[in-house]
Amino acid sequence: MALVNVVLTRSRAIVLGLLGVAAVVATWDVYKALGPEQGVLIGTTRVLPRTTDLAMPHSWEMLQRFGEPVTARIGAPDAFSAVFDASMFSLGLAARGWLIGVVVGLLLALAMSRFRIVESALLPWVVLSQTVPLIAIAPLVRRWGSEIEIGSYVWTSQDSVAVIAAYLAFFPVAVGALRGLKSPDTTHLDLMHALGVGWWRTLLTLRLPASVPFVLPALRLAAASAVIGAVVAEVSIGLKGGLGRMVIDYAVAASGDPAKPWAPIFGAVAIGLLAAGAVGLLGLALRPFRLTGVPR
Amino acid sequence: MTTVADAGPAKDTRARLPIAEVRWSTVLAPLVVGVVAIAAWESVVEAFDIEPFVLPAPSAIWEQVRLHGDSIASGASVTGRNALIGTLLGAVLGVAGAMLAGSFRVVDQMAAPVVAALAVIPIVALAPVLYSMFGAAVDTGRIIVAAVSVTIPVYLNTLRGLRQVRQVHLDLMTACAAKRWQVVRTVTLPTATPYVFTGLRVASSLAVIAALIAEYFGGPIGGLGKSITSSAASSNYPLAWAYVSGAIVLGLLFYIVTLLVELWFSRHLRPT
Amino acid sequence: MTNPLIQPEPLGQPAIQVRGAHRVFGKGRKQVDALSAVDLTVADGEFVSLIGPSGCGKSTLLRLVADLDSPTSGEVLVFGKSARQARLDQEYGIAFQQSGLLPWRTVAGNVELPLKLHGINSEIRRRRVAELLELVGLTDFARSHPDQLSGGMQQRVAIARALAESPRLLLMDEPFGALDEITRERMQNELVRICAETGAAVLFVTHSIPEAVFLSDRVVVMSPRPGRIAGVVDIRADGLAAAHDRSAGVREEEGFFRAVGEVRSLLHGTPETAAVARGVDHR
Repeated sequence: MALVNVVLTRSRAIVLGLLGVAAVVATWDVYKALGPEQGVLIGTTRVLPRTTDLAMPHSWEMLQRFGEPVTARIGAPDAFSAVFDASMFSLGLAARGWLIGVVVGLLLALAMSRFRIVESALLPWVVLSQTVPLIAIAPLVRRWGSEIEIGSYVWTSQDSVAVIAAYLAFFPVAVGALRGLKSPDTTHLDLMHALGVGWWRTLLTLRLPASVPFVLPALRLAAASAVIGAVVAEVSIGLKGGLGRMVIDYAVAASGDPAKPWAPIFGAVAIGLLAAGAVGLLGLALRPFRLTGVPR
Repeated sequence: MTTVADAGPAKDTRARLPIAEVRWSTVLAPLVVGVVAIAAWESVVEAFDIEPFVLPAPSAIWEQVRLHGDSIASGASVTGRNALIGTLLGAVLGVAGAMLAGSFRVVDQMAAPVVAALAVIPIVALAPVLYSMFGAAVDTGRIIVAAVSVTIPVYLNTLRGLRQVRQVHLDLMTACAAKRWQVVRTVTLPTATPYVFTGLRVASSLAVIAALIAEYFGGPIGGLGKSITSSAASSNYPLAWAYVSGAIVLGLLFYIVTLLVELWFSRHLRPT
Repeated sequence: MTNPLIQPEPLGQPAIQVRGAHRVFGKGRKQVDALSAVDLTVADGEFVSLIGPSGCGKSTLLRLVADLDSPTSGEVLVFGKSARQARLDQEYGIAFQQSGLLPWRTVAGNVELPLKLHGINSEIRRRRVAELLELVGLTDFARSHPDQLSGGMQQRVAIARALAESPRLLLMDEPFGALDEITRERMQNELVRICAETGAAVLFVTHSIPEAVFLSDRVVVMSPRPGRIAGVVDIRADGLAAAHDRSAGVREEEGFFRAVGEVRSLLHGTPETAAVARGVDHR
């Protein structure tokens, strides 16, 4: 009976969710059909968009566009496969950035939880780091590609993109893991202390398991941030092959092919959800630990 | 848990900072780290003779900041204006949406996938299509990008705040035979308020970044983002970095202001 | 206001009448009888405590009286009205274990809250708040916020709030449960004084035997699974003064220990006598 209830609530959520998406799509098309050509202006400021076919393609045109060739050139692939390839490219960079960010974030959190002075010294910078639009320096990083060599390794623009993605991804991990590592009750810590258990064993038996409920949402946030970082960094660095550059390239075609610029945007939505979902699966594996604490 | 009765009010009525308790090391340590980092940067650039396009020295950047202070300030005011309008717009939308979703479960469930999608996508990628919808000669597209970036964290935090209402407060309201809108005004909204501002703090730097990055995708000139790209294009790297530092200061400003507002609104809440 | 020495043939309606109240939580196999066949009458001006182990339904019973919950069957009357009508008419004031103060309001703002909700004008509110804070000894803290007060002071604010509309009935759900023993005894002394000054009837939930005995005219002992009344101890029969008239010294009197023993034996379900009454530290 409980199972039936779960299935019922789940399917209700799914149906309502689909309705929600449908409502957004319907609003788009209804506004396009009924709204004024030049949009709605208050004074000289346009507060609602133009409804011309150029400004707002029909929702179904956006979908149809996926099945059509990218360009009029003979032998051009259809938009779907082009967007798919670009999405995978960006997802790959985001994954590299995520991995770097997670490792850096976890190490920082460990150091901060181990030494109080490290926490005092670094935590404010970690917090401030995210108010600094590092992405802003991406155009400057453009020249780094192939100009820097570390030993025999030649720095590429892809590395730059991954580093920028990592810069966005490490923050939630560092903060979340720090909170998690510090989350065990004083009672438990006192118990470990009384039992004469050292820092490492306490870390393994108490702090790490206790941090899981804090780290999992942090990892998911980091995944979303890494995707955002990768796509935006591609744009500002000008790296070809990914969604970021595709957004720019396709935007140029907007005047003759208004549905085209939307294709890479859907690609970005897809990989964002995919990345967050994949990390969510990781959470399933660590489920037993989720009972050890309640993230607030 | 309880102190001896009548011990008088706690003397310490300072707003609580999120960073442990304030000791000299909590203030000094990060400053030392900052100074050391800048000194190291300066000496590394000098010692290894690093080209400005890779990394200019802090002194070179500071030189440019002094020379081009006016233009940095005007760029910051353009970008800052977009970010500010976007923040206010996004905050209103986020709070209003959360109040709807908090009162009607149907709205909450319908909005869930849309919110989830908006939370994981690079919203600035919308900038090009927004430029064609609203016109590329105006800042509307940038403001919308900033607003959407702000809406999501504010919405999520507010919704969470609306659900933090304590049972004992609701019981009290029932016992006082309070009307529905009285419950909302006396208990629900004040409970959620600190959460609204937490969302706003998280969102504030996003707004600056979004407004800035949206400039990379086109639109009118004048903002910091455009200035960064154009000085980089003309190989004036120290100047580009000077604009970047303008962006950093702008981001910090937004963050600090929203942080102070948040601390003010949560000053009477015990840390949990 | 009332003369506590002459115990009431109460004029008019009793403060609380509960008849045959049942409260069932859950459904099917998870069904729990929180209250079963409870009858209870509290006279006007009388102080009655509900005591019992966790899950005996004492808080549930109080919530039925407060109309924060409804009985599955049975009847609850407050001053002769249905519990719901009594709540809408603000016939009672209530205090909870967690003081339930609104952290963003000042002490004065919390105390005046019920008055404000019912549209009393600000001048009257100001005067009433001053009176109430005087009564609970917190005049100097009117402009403080709850987070600046100790636990005992917060509870006193909550009591002042419960008294705001001069109710003739106070409902208190373990109001001193979270306080340390020293603070707790002091608060009990003050509650006796406050009750004497206001003459209100009190329904008081606690799990402390000495607290129940010290404060009450009658102690209602409850037992769990299903929650029901196991017995009632009339403290006045043990030779103690009426509840409104006690002083701290009562805790040293022989009648006090005797009453504690009676309550304890009812709680443990064995007919022991005063022999058990030496240690009063059972909580």
